[in-house]
Amino acid sequence: MFNYDQYLRLDKFPLIWCSGCGDGIVLKSLLRAVHKLGLQKDQICMVSGIGCSSRLPGYVDFNTLHTTHGRALTFATGIKMARPELTVLVITGDGDATAIGGNHYIHAARRNIDLTVLLFNNHIYGMTGGQVSPTTAKGKKASTAPYGSFENTFNISGLAQAAGASFVARSGVYNPVQLENYIVKAIQKKGFSLVEIMSPCPTAYGRRNREGTPVDMIAWQKENSVPVAKAGQLTPEELEGKLITGILVDIERSECRAEYQKLIDRLAQS
Amino acid sequence: MSQEPAAKKKKGHVTVREAWCKGCAICVEFCPEQVLVMERGKATVAYPDRCTACNLCELRCPDFCITVSVKGE
Ligand code: SF4
Ligand code: SF4
Ligand code: SF4
Repeated sequence: MFNYDQYLRLDKFPLIWCSGCGDGIVLKSLLRAVHKLGLQKDQICMVSGIGCSSRLPGYVDFNTLHTTHGRALTFATGIKMARPELTVLVITGDGDATAIGGNHYIHAARRNIDLTVLLFNNHIYGMTGGQVSPTTAKGKKASTAPYGSFENTFNISGLAQAAGASFVARSGVYNPVQLENYIVKAIQKKGFSLVEIMSPCPTAYGRRNREGTPVDMIAWQKENSVPVAKAGQLTPEELEGKLITGILVDIERSECRAEYQKLIDRLAQS
Repeated sequence: MSQEPAAKKKKGHVTVREAWCKGCAICVEFCPEQVLVMERGKATVAYPDRCTACNLCELRCPDFCITVSVKGE
């Protein structure tokens, strides 16, 4: 029996999230990952932006920072540069990280700064009223797309990969153990590590798009996930609408804070 | 410390912290043994003897309501 309570601010419970929101499942996977790594609570600094998932740091007994919309990565970058010994975890969503904070997102990946980003992808701006996000699929409805979105979407993991992240994985709340394992690997990796997490929003997205109950939305992940190894054997048509899961990137690449340290050391000697 | 032969299924003890339960039914629908049911909007342990301690309900409950322990451990 895992003891979550040791990491929680229990006086803040119950969670603010809607019934069946996936975010609580992610939080639990994260706490098990932290435990597996043997991290001390004071060793962790968790930074979030704005949105439903960004309420998460309020529930954990780490050093926590709830910042402004789209800017979690900028605060986190500053913390990592000043206090490299901390494990810096960033909690953000598809709207927060890739629309409002899109530029920060690609540049943090380009620098390959040693942050672990848990990006909750629910395909909508939940908290602010169900507006279309960069991952709202074509045809899907949002408060700002009452007849369905007509825009192309971002591939969030692909974006991080192209920009230079050293670790990228995708998973979903249907598979909380896989999620936990990816979070462990992401934290262990020195460099910009992204875990893109499919976390259903039954309220602002599911209801509007008739995707059924929270159970239906989680079951959808089960039926439509394709492991990355298998995805390579399928055609683009066969992959249409599927969820490719797995570790997509795991490479060695020079890391920003370590490079900065080299500069400090060099200047100290001269 | 189980005396049973290894091949025999594990027995679990599952509890629900009702005060935090939001009635999403995730635990109910994904339990392979149909241990849990919804009752008046909350998850309830209806058939405790069927529980195999697989832990799937605990892993997927978003609201930290469920605990599962292995009987005899
Ligand atoms: S609006 Fe959506 S994302 Fe926000 S708490 Fe509710 S279900 Fe979760
Ligand atoms: S531990 Fe497994 S068998 Fe027992 S109630 Fe939970 S899901 Fe069902
Ligand atoms: S998964 Fe948790 S919140 Fe949902 S019905 Fe079961 S006990 Fe209640």
